[in-house]
Amino acid sequence: MRTKEKMIEWVMMACSFITVLTTIGIILVLAIDTVKFFQEVSIVEFFTDTQWTPLFADKHFGILPLLSGTLLTTTIAILFAVPLGLTIAIYLNEYATSKFTSMVKPILEILAAIPTVVYGFFALQFVTPFLQTFIPDLRGFNALSPGLVMGVMIIPYITSFSEDALRAVPGSLREASYGMGATKFQTAFKVMIPAASSGIIISVILAISRALGETMIVAIAAGQEPNLTFNPKESVETITTYIVQVSMGDVPQDSLEYRTIFAAGMTLFLFTFILNNISFWMRRRFQNKYE
Amino acid sequence: MSKRKKSPARTKDKAFKIVAFCLTIFALSILAVLLIDIFSRGMSRINWSFFTNLPSRHAERSGILTALAGMLSLLFFTIIIALPIGIAAGVYLQEYSVKNRFAKFVEINIANLAGVPSVIYGILGLQLFVRLAGFGNSLIAGALTLALLILPIIIVATREAIRAVPNSLREASYGMGATKWQTTKRVVLPSALGGILTGIILSISRAVGETAPLLVIGALVYVPFIPEGPRDQFTTLPIQVFNWVSRPQPGFVLNAAAGIIVLLLITFLLNGIAIYIRNKWYKRIKY
Repeated sequence: MRTKEKMIEWVMMACSFITVLTTIGIILVLAIDTVKFFQEVSIVEFFTDTQWTPLFADKHFGILPLLSGTLLTTTIAILFAVPLGLTIAIYLNEYATSKFTSMVKPILEILAAIPTVVYGFFALQFVTPFLQTFIPDLRGFNALSPGLVMGVMIIPYITSFSEDALRAVPGSLREASYGMGATKFQTAFKVMIPAASSGIIISVILAISRALGETMIVAIAAGQEPNLTFNPKESVETITTYIVQVSMGDVPQDSLEYRTIFAAGMTLFLFTFILNNISFWMRRRFQNKYE
Repeated sequence: MSKRKKSPARTKDKAFKIVAFCLTIFALSILAVLLIDIFSRGMSRINWSFFTNLPSRHAERSGILTALAGMLSLLFFTIIIALPIGIAAGVYLQEYSVKNRFAKFVEINIANLAGVPSVIYGILGLQLFVRLAGFGNSLIAGALTLALLILPIIIVATREAIRAVPNSLREASYGMGATKWQTTKRVVLPSALGGILTGIILSISRAVGETAPLLVIGALVYVPFIPEGPRDQFTTLPIQVFNWVSRPQPGFVLNAAAGIIVLLLITFLLNGIAIYIRNKWYKRIKY
């Protein structure tokens, strides 16, 4: 009996250890080929060359065009989603009736459940033609429309997390503010948001991390041209799109071209890993402030 | 005096209320526009042959049979791999592990894994399962990759469900002379089943929509056959949709929209079931 109990415990422990192995696996897999990549390409070229053409005859290995594409689409998504998501969170928390909130929140969360390939279709087939009626020189593949659609996708992350953070602010703070004769608007912006700021920042960081790693929306609607540009009307390529593009082609394994996806993947992984750790650290640090 | 001072603040308050309400409605209407756009495009393409035809060079003869079959087989393998491991890990971390450094490290690690972009999991699967283990671009390589991807979701859901089980139940079981595992198996897990099930269904719904990691491990975009075993090559519905979206001919756009309708119905159905179970379970179990 005892040994059986112990064995079950060991098996379950081994299962939880798989998650650690996964992380080690990701880091090793990325690191090994990234190191091999940098044995052939100088790290200086990687970060300073303004062209990314590993699949052409004239090869350049500058990650900057992919980075600018990634940051451009992410910035558009964040600029769209943060004000919108935060305003909705404040509205649901401070103004709306609880019945309205309980109806709207689950509907908004559907946005996060929609497969991203669907958003890609929507961006390419609906949003881009729609935007072109206002912006005639918008290219068929551009950074703007996938960026906006990515923003739509991350609205529920921001709304949900921010709303939870606002909800966690003790009611006494709000009542004190009302007691001073403040309006709901003043209470929301001068009391509630500052009080919930750590939770709101965490939601924004998670949303940025999610947008950086998003693949299908940009793969479908942003074009696959690595352009070093910050013009949202141009077509761009993101790190994630490049990885998919190479995987779908006939690049021979163990070639330099093949290793580019590991170097690109490592760059992406480091970005999101750092952001996730900041948000985790913040959660630890600020969570218990009001408890 | 005081009335004059108050008035602009009240106007601001009113204005914000109206603007915020409009923005809320705006966000909801984006969802509506997306659904209306896709349904109005794709509905005409949905008929019986769309489900039973193989993919074809001719848009109007193309169907999603192989994509659906590939997706279902892929999910089947993903679930039988991820489920036991995820639940076991969740149970261990919540019921057994002492709160030491290691437990904390595992916890941070799981939170981190949940934030790793799915395309990175694709790279992991490519090196580990496709190449190192020699599975090639097969169903089993895809299933293992997706299993690692959804593992954090299942673990977190299991832990949360178990955390909600009140301690009095455990103590009653111990009081009857039950061992730790007997208590876990007969008392804790059955009480937590609703929450665990909700998490599992949500993780399946996540796996259904995944495209990028499968493209990276080399899932095919054109598969004119139904996979028969775990070593066969495969495609899935999102990949089929992606393939159709990338083609310029308008016929394939219709196909993509029709494929998306099927994909959305599956996703919404799964999410609906998860919400239903969650509500039902919370109503039924009152301690």
